[in-house]
Amino acid sequence: MAHAAPRDYLAAAPGVSPDSPALLSDPAAIGLPPPASPPPSTDGGAGGAAGALDVSSRRIRREQMRLLLRSAPFIVGMVLLLWWVVCAIFGRLFVPYNPVNGSLLQFNLAPSGTHWFGTDSLGRDVLSRVIVGSREILIVSVLATVLGTALGTALGLVMGYFRGIVDNVVGRLVDAVLSLPVVIVALLFVAAVGPSARTLILVIGFVFALIIARTVRTAVLQERELDYIAAARLRDESGAHIMFVEILPNISAPILVEFTVRLGYAIFAIATLSFLGIGIQPPTPDWGADIAASYQYLAAGYWWETLFPALAIASLVVAVNLIADSIEAVVIR
Amino acid sequence: MSTDVSAVGTAGRLGETVVLDAAHVDVSYNVRGTERLAVRDVSFQIGRRESFGLVGESGSGKTTVALAVTRYLARNGRVSAGSITVNGQDVASLGRHDLRLLRARTVSMVYQEPGRALNPSIKVGRQVAEVFEIAGLNRSDAAGRAEEALRKVQISDPGRVLRSYPHQLSGGMLQRVVIAMALGAEPNLLILDEPTTALDATVEAEILELISSLREDFNTAILFISHNLAVIAKMCERVGVMYAGELVEEGPAREVFEQPRHPYTVGLLRCIPRRGQRKDHGRLDSIPGFLPAPGEVPAGCVFAQRCALADDRCTTESPPPYPVGDGDRTSRCHYHERAPLLPRATPEDVRLPAPDSDAAPVISLRRVAKTFTVRNDKVPALVDVDLDLYLGETLGLVGESGSGKTTLARVLVGLTPPDAGSSLELEGSALAPLATKRSREQLKGMQIIFQNPDSALNRRHSVRHLIDRSLTKLAGLTGAAREQSLQEIVRSVRMEPRHLGLRPSQLSGGLKQRVAIARAFAGRPSVLVCDEPTSALDVSVQAAILNLLADLQAKERVTYLFISHDLAVVRYLADRIAVLYLGRVMEYASAEAVFTGPHHPYTEALLSAVPSLDGALRERIILSGEIPSPAQPPSGCVFHTRCPRRLSSGICESTEPPLAEVEPGHSMRCHIPPSELRALQQIES
Repeated sequence: MAHAAPRDYLAAAPGVSPDSPALLSDPAAIGLPPPASPPPSTDGGAGGAAGALDVSSRRIRREQMRLLLRSAPFIVGMVLLLWWVVCAIFGRLFVPYNPVNGSLLQFNLAPSGTHWFGTDSLGRDVLSRVIVGSREILIVSVLATVLGTALGTALGLVMGYFRGIVDNVVGRLVDAVLSLPVVIVALLFVAAVGPSARTLILVIGFVFALIIARTVRTAVLQERELDYIAAARLRDESGAHIMFVEILPNISAPILVEFTVRLGYAIFAIATLSFLGIGIQPPTPDWGADIAASYQYLAAGYWWETLFPALAIASLVVAVNLIADSIEAVVIR
Repeated sequence: MSTDVSAVGTAGRLGETVVLDAAHVDVSYNVRGTERLAVRDVSFQIGRRESFGLVGESGSGKTTVALAVTRYLARNGRVSAGSITVNGQDVASLGRHDLRLLRARTVSMVYQEPGRALNPSIKVGRQVAEVFEIAGLNRSDAAGRAEEALRKVQISDPGRVLRSYPHQLSGGMLQRVVIAMALGAEPNLLILDEPTTALDATVEAEILELISSLREDFNTAILFISHNLAVIAKMCERVGVMYAGELVEEGPAREVFEQPRHPYTVGLLRCIPRRGQRKDHGRLDSIPGFLPAPGEVPAGCVFAQRCALADDRCTTESPPPYPVGDGDRTSRCHYHERAPLLPRATPEDVRLPAPDSDAAPVISLRRVAKTFTVRNDKVPALVDVDLDLYLGETLGLVGESGSGKTTLARVLVGLTPPDAGSSLELEGSALAPLATKRSREQLKGMQIIFQNPDSALNRRHSVRHLIDRSLTKLAGLTGAAREQSLQEIVRSVRMEPRHLGLRPSQLSGGLKQRVAIARAFAGRPSVLVCDEPTSALDVSVQAAILNLLADLQAKERVTYLFISHDLAVVRYLADRIAVLYLGRVMEYASAEAVFTGPHHPYTEALLSAVPSLDGALRERIILSGEIPSPAQPPSGCVFHTRCPRRLSSGICESTEPPLAEVEPGHSMRCHIPPSELRALQQIES
């Protein structure tokens, strides 16, 4: 793990200061005693100050929230993301022009006061299409990621907990699928069942499930060595109980991080597939499809038709990645 | 202010030879915008060739003091008042360059975990030589000095050690290397932060011996930090007792430990199991209440809330360090003359029922063996273990790391399957090798308390959920009956209903272990395996947990297999003891017989290795050589490589002695006849 505690030999080297900044609720890092040890209890059971050293999970969560709200990348990412969410939900209400039916007389117009982002080869307002184009991609990517995270978590729990043959068989299957680019897998699927939003969600969800399963499996392998799992076995708990009630709550942090990271990839993958013509289908406004329709006119100088949808994709991916990085920095210590 | 008393008092004691002078030091950490005092008004001095021990429980601020001396405090920590002077230099005012020099030449530090103090990917030789290169030597001279340095710490084959990577060496050897590095720069001040806490008793004895002998050769002052009072008593001339960031008592070690003059020191000393103390007679006391949360400064005396002697003055007026005795001792207690009269918090003697050793054994192990396969190598962890546990008794299982204690515990409860041919019986019925194959009744009949409650309790579940789940699964209770049992169990482990809603992270170490105990008792087991249940706890908490276990045993008539590396703890609690070495039972007898002898030579070494507060009574037996790897056990008697009483006839090297009964109820695995052992051991003790 990249976040291993500073090791003593770093401090032992003469003249090297460990200088590790004290992180949030990690009392060891701030030189305070670990919450585990201080208040010695007593046979008298005279009560005392349990909770005085408040490291409750609610407190930690509040602390994490506050740290997130203080981090500039998180705020920037959130603002961008919220903007696109607003566009996705209410975009149709405030677009300046109809994004689907343009005026055929006003095609390929350069950006101006009337058409801020210009118009495309069919005379549709690029700004309006960029605003409305956020809808489909956000819905599909979020659903696909949710599906992938749910499936991947279940799969990872099974692999990590049972290990043995299940782990080996599923593990090799994962390797096999992951050796192919997402786009190729998606192409195969789409060729088989035809393009639709549902196909997209299923394909991306499936591929991501395999990737997420690996991360979850690693986390499970660490957890299952802890004695609380042994204790659960010794009171005859079922495998399902151990996986979902005992282990799952303890690995929520890596799963949350994985979800946000995958969301960024999902957006990018969907845009790519739409660009290739097997993603979101016209006439639904979509950034990837719009780029595909317009990039051949780049040479003719109609740069705005490609640039603005491209910037939209970039801004959304960057926003999600900024959020993902900030969450990872706060959640994983 | 009256706090100046100590400064005046001790400055005179040392005069010109002061190496480390801490004067009224406050250390505070900035935690989320608030300054929290972790160390308050700490003053002490260490003279040349003097060894000063800083003792206290976790969270008392010992390590923070050491870090402040070298200015290694975390970024949010600072010395907020007072001054620290090393060799007359004020540490706080040093610039970058001078600070480097201070750390490189004047002060060295040895940490608890030798494995973490060395870089795992660089050979030991390079790392040791580096110390001398920094001191200005060229590469080849430094390499020569490295070898010499290792020789000084009594490493017999320095060449091999220098060519090794840290992971190829044992913990004791690594700690020698680290000490060699620390002494390489011939520092004026050597800080040892729990240098033997991670080591086995026999290895600890070796390292302590080494440090003592090095003090003769090197002209260095030592700041020795430990939670272990006996180690400090053995190693240091002076001691400071820390509590909640304050130095509550300071003075010559022997005097402080023999005539403590602060109620905390008095209480702490009563928590340490000593010779003659047993669970029913001369019980350990405990300190009521809890350590104040870090940064919380109570008005008045820091210990007042937990002190039976405290009155109104103690809760309002902070006691200065009063001079005590001849003036070279101080105690921060308004009533330090009365401190030794501190009333006990718990009764001294209780009546406990005797174990029922006439009936059939509750647990019976025969020919239990476990061989692990590590990369095609067979590693025997347990070899032919035969043990019986009787109703209501405690069988203590003692051994150093690698002796197979924990493997035996896991085999018994069914977490690790034993080799074929092993036979385990619970109340006359055979136990399947794995817990999943055992009946609900059998699972219920035998539970385990793990060493580390942080690992054993699910950190996302509340105390209520943790105990409820065991009541549901093991006792088969639901609804109101379950709630009633829950309340009962919580009371019997002396927790309070308000703890039920908390999660483990909100509890202290002692409370966590109580939750684990409550959970283990939920199904009313007949056998409880306790795998080092107190070794992660502070002594005052340990005392309370040991007494709790003894009381619960009396109440529930449960049988304990109590595993520990700590002989004093086992002596306190166990009725019979089995000593394990490399997976074999070396000695198996009543607790009394194990401690009075004749001892197996290994038991004898273990007994003498443990530093005790009862004064250095016997000549210490220092075992030579390292604990052999279980993968390649020595031929013949497995202990012969380290045995100081090895027979010259060669039989020890060639033939493994059987576990034979030497007197009724006392078995031993040794070629030397017991009468001869007794004679040898009586001469020396």
